[in-house]
Amino acid sequence: MVTTSTRIAHPLGLELDHIDHGYTIGGVFTPVLDDISLSIAPGEFVALLGPSGCGKSTLLRLIAGLEPPHGGTILAEDTPISGPGPDRIVMFQDPTLYPWRTVRGNVALGHDIAGRKDQASVDAAIELVGLKGFERAWPHQLSGGMAQRAALARALVNDPRVLILDEPLGKLDSLTRLTMQTELHRLWRDRGFTAIMVTHDVEEALLLATRIVVFSPRPARIIADLPIDLPPHRHRDDPRLLDLRKNILTQLGHSADW
Amino acid sequence: MSSPNTPSPNQTADTPSGQTATKPGTSSRRPLLPWVAGPAWFLAALVTWRWPDADDFPDTNQLATQFCAIGLALTVAAVLRRLSARAPWAIALGLGFTAWEIIQAKLLWLPRPFFGTPQDLLDVFLTDWRRLGDSLLHSLGLLAVGYGIGAALGVAIGVGLGRSLRFRYWVRPLIRLIGPLPPVALLPLAFIIIPSSRLASEALLALAAGFPTTILTWSGVVAVDPAYYDVARTMGARNRFLVLRVALPAAMPQIFVGLFMGLGVSFATLVVAEMLGVKSGLGFYMQWAQGWAAYPNMYAALLVMSLMCTGLVTLLFKLRDRVLSWQKDGLKW
Repeated sequence: MVTTSTRIAHPLGLELDHIDHGYTIGGVFTPVLDDISLSIAPGEFVALLGPSGCGKSTLLRLIAGLEPPHGGTILAEDTPISGPGPDRIVMFQDPTLYPWRTVRGNVALGHDIAGRKDQASVDAAIELVGLKGFERAWPHQLSGGMAQRAALARALVNDPRVLILDEPLGKLDSLTRLTMQTELHRLWRDRGFTAIMVTHDVEEALLLATRIVVFSPRPARIIADLPIDLPPHRHRDDPRLLDLRKNILTQLGHSADW
Repeated sequence: MSSPNTPSPNQTADTPSGQTATKPGTSSRRPLLPWVAGPAWFLAALVTWRWPDADDFPDTNQLATQFCAIGLALTVAAVLRRLSARAPWAIALGLGFTAWEIIQAKLLWLPRPFFGTPQDLLDVFLTDWRRLGDSLLHSLGLLAVGYGIGAALGVAIGVGLGRSLRFRYWVRPLIRLIGPLPPVALLPLAFIIIPSSRLASEALLALAAGFPTTILTWSGVVAVDPAYYDVARTMGARNRFLVLRVALPAAMPQIFVGLFMGLGVSFATLVVAEMLGVKSGLGFYMQWAQGWAAYPNMYAALLVMSLMCTGLVTLLFKLRDRVLSWQKDGLKW
């Protein structure tokens, strides 16, 4: 299935420095992120784990530049992030394909925004995610897995230096999910971008990431930062993974006896 | 519909839901009906031609010739197998004209000046087609300018209301004050303050078309999934792209509902404006025909107007089908 794999030149390194953030809902201020400091090296695959609603996705929005943080700074290679940019592409939990665009039109979105014409790279990205032959299909004709593949192609066309993954596989059925995990991992290895992924799935984090950051319940603080020193080709039944899994679940407040 | 040919290895079961179209009432199931359509119209021709009229009506033989021509055309269509789904309607119309001819032209059952005969109607088209056509063109011209401006403004204002807080602050009260007013209620005022009655009517037509378009565009724009904006923003999209390439296409189904409603109000406004102020157009023609008790002319104008309205609605729906071809299914007009 792999035909093109252009390794991108410069994966992006990120420096999060004392980030605070919160939302005012119904007149009440709710702190969401509490003093988050995190240094992400270029080319790392960082998984952010934490209880549901703890603020991991908010952190991703800040890194993407969709919102400015209330406190602290985020540096991308020594430059403060002031807004969104095509070097930091987000892949959301829902594919959010535009229903009025075909698969090809959706994948070409980044080019349209930048005013580029590059049909070849669009077709290459579509082929890369295994959607060749579906270029002219409308989003409502795709299954959930295919739609998420299209969203992946839409992100990859921009040659992101960091791919921000907000639980992109969360809503897929378990079999499609396994396939997509493998493909995501392959893409990250081939292309060499930095990847930051929010997930609820400890096993998914263990399979994909080079490092797992564990967050507390809201307001989110970092309670563990675990490097995963395992070879890239990991087996789900690796005893070292099982140990790590037990460790992380304990961190998350679950008794480790299951 | 494009049929995908290379499913990915892992997703063989994941083929897009194909849509198959099967036409109801194909020729194999009802082979006889198309052949009846022609004779139904020949019957109308025969009755018109041979049965003596109850009074001195114009163009009776002319009408019989027309019926005959339609019958011939339908027979040819049957031979060419182009008449299957529409055959029942063709037959019903032929029989309907026969019945009308018998009841009114031959037996004169209904009071005379108010109910005409088919040949009366035909006579209007034969003798007064120039003025009818002229009226149609005037109506269309008025509609095109007024509705066009109103629709364009409505979309623009609706997007503004949906996207800009300051715009909404200033414009929303005005919309709420003026919008729900029936445009017809403003007619007397418009004819006073705007010197040209044509200009006044165009302004009111724009208002008629503009209000529903504004409201539905607005509601369509505020209903856009915020995630759609995030997706574009994360790739660096600026406001211009977010409005023109995200908000507008996402709101398009709603916008078309507004355009359709606006068209309906425009028709009503047009007719009243032409009856009250503008000295041309189908509404004016009808007013004139009624004043002279020329009822067949009124019927003819009504027919032309109905064809105009349905034609324009059809045009709008065709446009919608083109623009919204990405939708799973839509109403068939």
